[in-house]
Amino acid sequence: MSSNSQKKGFGATIWDYLTTVDHKKIAILYLISGGFFFLVGGVEAMMIRIQLMKAGNDFLSAGTYNEVLTMHGTTMIFLAAMPILLAFMNAVSPLQIGARDVAFPFLNSLGFWLFFFGGIFLNLSWFLGGAPDAGWTNYASLALASEGHGIDFYSLGLTISGFGTLIAGINFLVTIINMRAPGMTYMRMPLFTWTTFVASALILLAFPPLTVGIFFMVFDRLFGANFFDVTMGGNTIIWEHFFWIFGHPEVYILILPAFGIFSEIFAIFSRKRLFGYTALVFATILIGFYGFMVWAHHMFTVGLGPTANAVFALATMIIAVPTGIKIFNWLLTIWGGNISFTVPMIYAVAFIPSFVAGGVTGVMQAIAPLDYQLHDSYFIVAHFHYVIVGGVVLAILAGTHLYWPKMFGTMLSEKLGKWTFWFFFIGFHLTFFIQHFLGLMGMPRRVYTFGADQGWDLFNAISSAGALLMAIGILILLVNVVMTVMKGERVGNDPWGDGRTLEWAIPSPPPFYNFAQTPLVRGLDPYWIEKMEGNKEGMVYAEPLGDIHMPNGSFIPFVISLGMFIAAFGAMYHTDGHAWALPVLIGGLAITFGSMLVRSLKDDLGFHVTKEELIADNERIQREARALEGGKKGGLK
Amino acid sequence: MDLNKRYTPQTWPDHPETATLEGKNKFVGFWLLLAAETVTFASLFATYLALKDKGPSGMEFSASGLFELPLVFAMTMILLTSSLTSVYAMYHMKNHNFKAMQAWLGITVLLGLAFLGLEIYEFNHYVHLGFGYTNSAFSSAFYTLVGTHGAHVVFGLSWFIALMLRNAKRGLNMYNAPKFYLAALYWHFIDVVWVFIFTVVYLMGVIG
Repeated sequence: MSSNSQKKGFGATIWDYLTTVDHKKIAILYLISGGFFFLVGGVEAMMIRIQLMKAGNDFLSAGTYNEVLTMHGTTMIFLAAMPILLAFMNAVSPLQIGARDVAFPFLNSLGFWLFFFGGIFLNLSWFLGGAPDAGWTNYASLALASEGHGIDFYSLGLTISGFGTLIAGINFLVTIINMRAPGMTYMRMPLFTWTTFVASALILLAFPPLTVGIFFMVFDRLFGANFFDVTMGGNTIIWEHFFWIFGHPEVYILILPAFGIFSEIFAIFSRKRLFGYTALVFATILIGFYGFMVWAHHMFTVGLGPTANAVFALATMIIAVPTGIKIFNWLLTIWGGNISFTVPMIYAVAFIPSFVAGGVTGVMQAIAPLDYQLHDSYFIVAHFHYVIVGGVVLAILAGTHLYWPKMFGTMLSEKLGKWTFWFFFIGFHLTFFIQHFLGLMGMPRRVYTFGADQGWDLFNAISSAGALLMAIGILILLVNVVMTVMKGERVGNDPWGDGRTLEWAIPSPPPFYNFAQTPLVRGLDPYWIEKMEGNKEGMVYAEPLGDIHMPNGSFIPFVISLGMFIAAFGAMYHTDGHAWALPVLIGGLAITFGSMLVRSLKDDLGFHVTKEELIADNERIQREARALEGGKKGGLK
Repeated sequence: MDLNKRYTPQTWPDHPETATLEGKNKFVGFWLLLAAETVTFASLFATYLALKDKGPSGMEFSASGLFELPLVFAMTMILLTSSLTSVYAMYHMKNHNFKAMQAWLGITVLLGLAFLGLEIYEFNHYVHLGFGYTNSAFSSAFYTLVGTHGAHVVFGLSWFIALMLRNAKRGLNMYNAPKFYLAALYWHFIDVVWVFIFTVVYLMGVIG
């Protein structure tokens, strides 16, 4: 069963990935598709900046601009940032707790394929009559009036991918609760696992309100319901509430894993244990908790009244406290450390001032009276790009460099990585810093053009130039990826040399069963402890070598997701009076529920990797490690 | 896991639903799913309360005029009883008495079907009065809340029936015990949601 060493044909590899339930392969699927959508969203961003490069530009029409703007936000949040973070969660957190897979490998695969088909469905809108155009927030008062099927693509696509995300969240929660190796107590869990845990809890409680809101939208637009239609007694503010009850925790779903990645990086490259580990853990939990109590700060100008505004303003300001605790803990982790400025570490160091800038403008907006001035201006655009790009995207880039060797067994070039960093980092500040001032000068969000007499030309031109630099940075990263894959130089267990947690104790990439023997965890940073005590073997083990139970691969998750994808077309075109629409809707649902039934009724007991196979596989791993060692001594590096 | 292993009531574990790692994972995962379901229904309840009695000007329907308690009371009693019978089924599951478990599950399913029949009758009645899904914001919110619950009932019943038929010949083992347990847990959840619907929609509706 040691599939790592066997060469497989192209078709067999594709089939392997279509049916895999291995968290490491699913991580790769998430990374590739999330990366693809990141590029799509990036192209949309460039189109926005080209359009706004000069006054009165006609690169995009007003209508197309609205579509590009909506799809940029939606794609980046739902189809790029979250999936790429889920890629790291999948690749790393089961390894960090010493588990052989996630709790529900089948559901892990289902979660991915639902996200994938939802994303494809949403983006097909470009080719099938027009993309959604009511902003990523899709406010009902706008969305109900939008013609064509753009909004329906948004609603149905996000419903499908939202189910996938919810499933992923439950899966990680159970994995972390139930599958930690002996000795891996909650307060010994690496910070990235902790942030995965809390972000998953937020997914669990934040996605249902979005799903409900989107269902209302679907029912209103496609089946004649009246939730948001004021003339029929509906209330358009209901959408805003549901969207932000989801939407605010969503930004913490994004930023917490980013914090986790940076926490790992600071500890590894400062060669110190995290300063204030306990405080960091509790700050994470507090941020998750408060994250649910602040949604109405997105709605200060709706007219909820001074009492509601005051309460939500205070709650919002309180969140700055645990976030500040984290910032100081990271600074004190670096303080006095033996620092090496690798690419991940450069990103991490650059993240602190960038994110703090975004946090400070966040507190400014929490002041409700001031928010009346800032609302719907470019100041808001600048703020959330500072936290999302300065926090999440920098973490994604840092994480790509940090975990690339663990996921693929090769190292991205440090030199090209630094070029990417400088282009991206300078471009980022150039693009967005100046947008604060555009906002204060009165430039509103979401306008497709502006007049030459408004005095916004220069600043917009500078902002667009910055976007170009960011694009160059990402192109260099792509070159880096291609060159690394072409070269294919293998690396050992702990390519950074200073790994502290369990994932660095096993080969890169790990065998499909992760740990031949479950490790025994003797404290925080278990691998570091073993290294410091001179343990040559890597770890101490909690069990003797024996048979390992593993799950079977399955094609059913793909089919379940495909069924929903088909059904969504039926639901959407049903309103146009096509005769085929209803059968397609019913047929799609039949495929979904039918394959769920098959899954439920057919026994799937998994298989065992025998002790003999493990021993043979271990010899192969040792052989490869020795070859690598020999290659290094030969000066190949 | 060996499906051919034969158990007796003496060798059967006290908590077969959590005796294996798979069972433990399913147990925790399902409770978390119920948390998400709770938030879903909370959202639906909030919307219903916001849109109760709201409609186009001159709408003739209101909760106090529309709902009648006797039918809904019967539905409530039937569903509560079905929850009790599913508890009996799980009692026998834990005692490794497969036949008794199947019998009580069968009764549970019949009660569930009776509830569903009455709900269809009730909806049909309202629609004939002119209170259709598209009639008003009130009607949309009402049918979506109560209908989502009804869809859960359909799913729960299908789940019970599928499990009973699938395992009719082979009896209980460590592989299917967690499945029966979770289906019963789901059924309790459906019941609890109905208690809230009965209170918030019907009782508070009739009071005015």
